[in-house]
Parts: sequence; C-alpha cells; structure tokens
Amino acid sequence: MNITWRLAWRNLWRRRRRTWLTVGAMVFCNTLLIFLISVQLGSYQMMIDNSLGAFSGHLQLQHEGFDEDQRIRQSVPAVTERALQVEALLAGEAVAARGVAYALASSEERSFGIQVTGVQPAREPGVSTLPGLLREGRYLSGADGEIVVGALLARNLRVGPGDEITMLGSGRDGSFAAAIATVVGIIESGIPELDRALAQVSLPWFQAVFNMGDHGHSLVVRLRNLERVPAAVVALQPLLAGAPELVVLDWDQLQPGLRQAIRSDMVSAWVMYGVLILLVAFSVLNTQLMSVLERTREFGVMLALGVSPGRLARLVGLETALLAALGLALGVAAGGLLGWYLQQAGFTFPGMEEMNARFNLPERIYPPVTLASLLWGPLTVFLGALLAAVYPALRLFGLQPVSAMRAG
Amino acid sequence: MSSIVCQDLCKTFAQGEERITGLDRVSLSIDAGELLCLSGPSGSGKTTLLNALGGLDTPDSGSISLAGRRIDQLSRGALADLRLREIGFVFQAYNLIPVLSARENVEFVMQVQGIPAGARHQRAAAVLAEVGLAGLEDRRPADMSGGQQQRVAVARAIASEPRLVLADEPTANLDSHSATQLMDLFQALNRDRGVTFVLATHDPRVMAYARRLIRMEDGRVIEDVAQQPSPSAGRPPAGGAG
Repeated sequence: MNITWRLAWRNLWRRRRRTWLTVGAMVFCNTLLIFLISVQLGSYQMMIDNSLGAFSGHLQLQHEGFDEDQRIRQSVPAVTERALQVEALLAGEAVAARGVAYALASSEERSFGIQVTGVQPAREPGVSTLPGLLREGRYLSGADGEIVVGALLARNLRVGPGDEITMLGSGRDGSFAAAIATVVGIIESGIPELDRALAQVSLPWFQAVFNMGDHGHSLVVRLRNLERVPAAVVALQPLLAGAPELVVLDWDQLQPGLRQAIRSDMVSAWVMYGVLILLVAFSVLNTQLMSVLERTREFGVMLALGVSPGRLARLVGLETALLAALGLALGVAAGGLLGWYLQQAGFTFPGMEEMNARFNLPERIYPPVTLASLLWGPLTVFLGALLAAVYPALRLFGLQPVSAMRAG
Repeated sequence: MSSIVCQDLCKTFAQGEERITGLDRVSLSIDAGELLCLSGPSGSGKTTLLNALGGLDTPDSGSISLAGRRIDQLSRGALADLRLREIGFVFQAYNLIPVLSARENVEFVMQVQGIPAGARHQRAAAVLAEVGLAGLEDRRPADMSGGQQQRVAVARAIASEPRLVLADEPTANLDSHSATQLMDLFQALNRDRGVTFVLATHDPRVMAYARRLIRMEDGRVIEDVAQQPSPSAGRPPAGGAG
C-alpha cells in the first residue's frame, strides 16, 4: 500500500473513539436511509399497483382521444375479439374489455348522473380489485338487467340489492337509450369519487342498451408487475397496425396525477433525508476539523519538508474518503441485511393491516431491496462527508510552516 | 547549489504591541561544502536566519540567493519545491510523523518527490543503515529513543540527497554519545559528499565540528570566524547510550 494511503488510514485511528463515533453516525444514517428509502419505494410500488389495480390497469387500448373526451363514439370495434387477441399477445396477463356511457339513473325517489361501465364479469376481477370490494349482494353474473353500484351512489339513490334503477342516456348512434336494471351488489372502494359514480353492467347488455354493436371503449390490461409495461406496449404494436385510430396508453398516461403525487412525496422525503445527511456531514466536519487542528504542528513540519498544501489537503480528503467508505460499507451491509429481512417478512405499522384489509390491499409492505434503495442514501452521505472535508482541507492552504511548527 | 548569499536581511516580529527584531541587516555568504555554526543566545536570530535561508520564512527586506537564484522572490509553491528537492531540514524536536515507521518517515518525502517505490525502499534502507538504525526500520517514533528519532530525522533530511542541510539545535535533546554520533555523521556527509551544513546551536560540542563560526546577537552578526575543527571532534566519548 502506498505510504500516503497508509498514513491516511493510520491517522484515522489516532483517535479511535472519535473515529468510531463518526463511523457509527454514518452507519446509523445509512441504515436508516436504506430502510426509509426501501419502505418509500415499496409503498410507491404498492400505491401504483393498488391504484392501477383498482380500475385503470397498467395499460389500456383505446380510441385515440377517448381518455380526454370520453365521447361514446370514440370506440374500439370488435372489442371482445380484440380482448382475446391482446390476451394471446401478452400470454399470461389479465385482459378485459369495457364500454363506458353516461346516463341519468333514477330510483323510485331520486335521480343522479352516473357513468355506466359495461364489463366482462368473468374477466373484470382479473384487471380490477373492485369486484372484490362488494359490501352487499353479489357481483354480476353476466345476465342482462343486472347492475352493481357504488356505496355512495346506492345511498344517494336510496337503493339496495333487489331494487331497480332506470337508466336514460343516448346510444352510440345518437338514439335514445333506456333500460331498467336490478341492483345485485353494492361496492365500497373507499374512494368517494368512485363510490359516488360507479355503476357496472355486463358488456353484452351494455352494448345492446347503448347501441354499441360489437364496440367497446377500452381493453384493460393488468400486468404482473410494473416492470413489464414497456415490453407489453411493444408487444401490442402489431394490433395497432391495421387500426390507426387506436392507441395504447400506459399507466403514466392513464393516471398522470399518480406520478406527480409520487414526485412530490419524494421531494418532501428527500428534504427530511437532507437534514439527516447534513447532521452526519457536520459530524464529519467536526471530526476532520479537530483532526486537522490537532495536527497543525505536524502539517507545519510537512510543509517545511516541501510537501505542498495541496498534497496535504488531498491527504485530509483521503482520510475523509476512507472514513466515509467505512461508514458506507458498514451502513450498506447493515441496511442491506435489514432490507433483506423486511423484504422477506414484510413491514407494517399499527393500524395499517386493518386499513389495507378494508380496501382489499395487501396487509404488509414488502419493501424491495434494489440497487437504488441500497445506494442512493449511502452514496449521498458519502458525498456529503467528502464535502464536509473541504473546509478543514482549505485551512491547510493558510498554514505557514514556521508558525504551524510552533503550534502546541 | 549551494552557495548562499544574503544581503541586508531584516525581519521583525510583532509581540503584542511591540516589534521584536529577528534579523537586523544581516549580510553573509556561505560557500558550497561548508560546515558552519550559527551561535548566540536565545533570541539572537539564529533560527530566524535559518528559516530565511531555508525559505520557511520570508524576510521583510533584503535578499537571499541560493546558487544565484533569489529565493526571497519565489512563490510559496516554488519555495515548497525548493525545500523538497534542494534542502534537508533537521529540527530540534525531531518532528517525525508518529504513525509512520522509521522507514516510512524516510520514504514519505521521497514519495512526494516522485521517486519510484523500488528506489525509495533501497535508498531508505541504505540511509537508515548509514545513520546506524539498521534493524530498526519498522519501529515507530514512540518506540525509539530521542537519539534514534533524531537519526531518523537526519536520515529523512539526507535521503533525498540535498546539497544543503539546515539543522536547528540538532543535539539539544540528545545525550552526549548520541550528539557525538550525529555530528560525526554530519561531518562525514560534509567531507565525503560535499553537503553544506548550516547548524544553529548553543552546544559547544557541535561548534567544535564547525569550520566556520558565526556568532549572532540581537539579530546581527557580531562575529564571523573561520576555525579548525577541534581535535576532539569526531572522537567517540568515553560513555553514554544512544
């Protein structure tokens, strides 16, 4: 090993307790950061999965412009056949066709505007968690004339299972669409906007009521995980070749607010992490400044021997880098072990299990240990520690050999 | 290198509200290959002059030339390079790096000079043997006596083969035996390799080795005489330990 490296390493251990305290602060900070970032990324993953799993899916094939305007004429022809084609292209992934229309829903006592969704009852549970959130009654059997509604809509219309709802709207061809449906189930998603407007009927009946022919409005795809999205988008391209009016939208396009929410949460989390890193950087600054001040005489001798201040500054930088590398290695090891354990055993906090169970969500977060969660925090701490060494190192440029050698 | 010429060097220091005179119009010339002593009471300006000659401190006025090169006008970087390559320093308090072994202390300066590892190892081993420390290369300063530490400091100063060695009270912390050994070594280096030595000292044993004696007082040179080294200089003393 080069003498400068040896010198830097041994200088670290002149004050063992101080060095271990500083390394300990870094290890604690790194472990905490790995834990927090893993849980944070894990909760984002869960948030995305749950949010997409509730209704929109990871991907949708739609008529261009339908997502913005939701016009009934912006439809997908032969929607059930296309669902089979999509299923064949994305082997093993869940696919379901839907149709969407707006109608005035009336019960005996009240009327409300609703969004009626035609779904494939056998396929819908594969792409959406809503069928699993029934509070009363049952889900659609596939028969004509059945409807499931959101809990708030049911309360507003004052209907329950077995009651009838009259729907009035317009069909795809502009004709008058009217039907009477019997409530078979009430869904409570926990999302007020959804529970206030949710109304699902079977797709064939929807197509008949709204004069859709074989058209629908979307093919919803739920993938096994988020990482498969880009490959799935590519896999669906052949389906679009003969139908230029159709587009494939991924989850980011379907739910732009979701990424925005994650971004703003990340910013606030990083402010907190920044404070933590700043505290550790000050601890390193204190250690290195003390170390430089105690060795003023020694630095004076080195300057007298012809060692340049720049070289001495590099020595202090090297000492700090070794200190920070030790904190990084031990912190990543400790944080990695903790992360691995949580990845296996899951993580929860008081009240989380009950709340998640209510919304048909997993009871625990299983924070994934990734290179990003392992290294983001510790590498930032490492850089923070290096930056903290700048001030002590710069002091060396002000030293005069003679006065420095007179220091006690 | 290493004829030194000083002209009208002046240096004052602030001490509270007072100004203390360190050097007062000092002019002298030192030829290459000399072994001279600066003597005088404390505060007479010996160390100040030594520091100025070594480029450790800059005079307030006057000029210093080393082999025809004005060092009082050099930048800090150029002075550092001059000290690294041309001048060896031996300090009163040894001033070794405590976490490095004897060999590493000697090698450190050579590494800064950019000497390859193989050559460094060889030269460090040879120089340490030359100062009588063969077998103690891996000891750290804390495990060595004062005399041994001073010899490591000398080895460090001469390892890079400087043409000028400046030593400030090099024997102040040494017993008589170690002091004699050290001065014998200086004398041999001066005689065999032509290294110029400028020693600041109070110690008559050291002065006995000098061929020129400069006496200072209140920052001035009051006496500058050539002398024959004493016949006892270089003769081992009757007792003492290293």
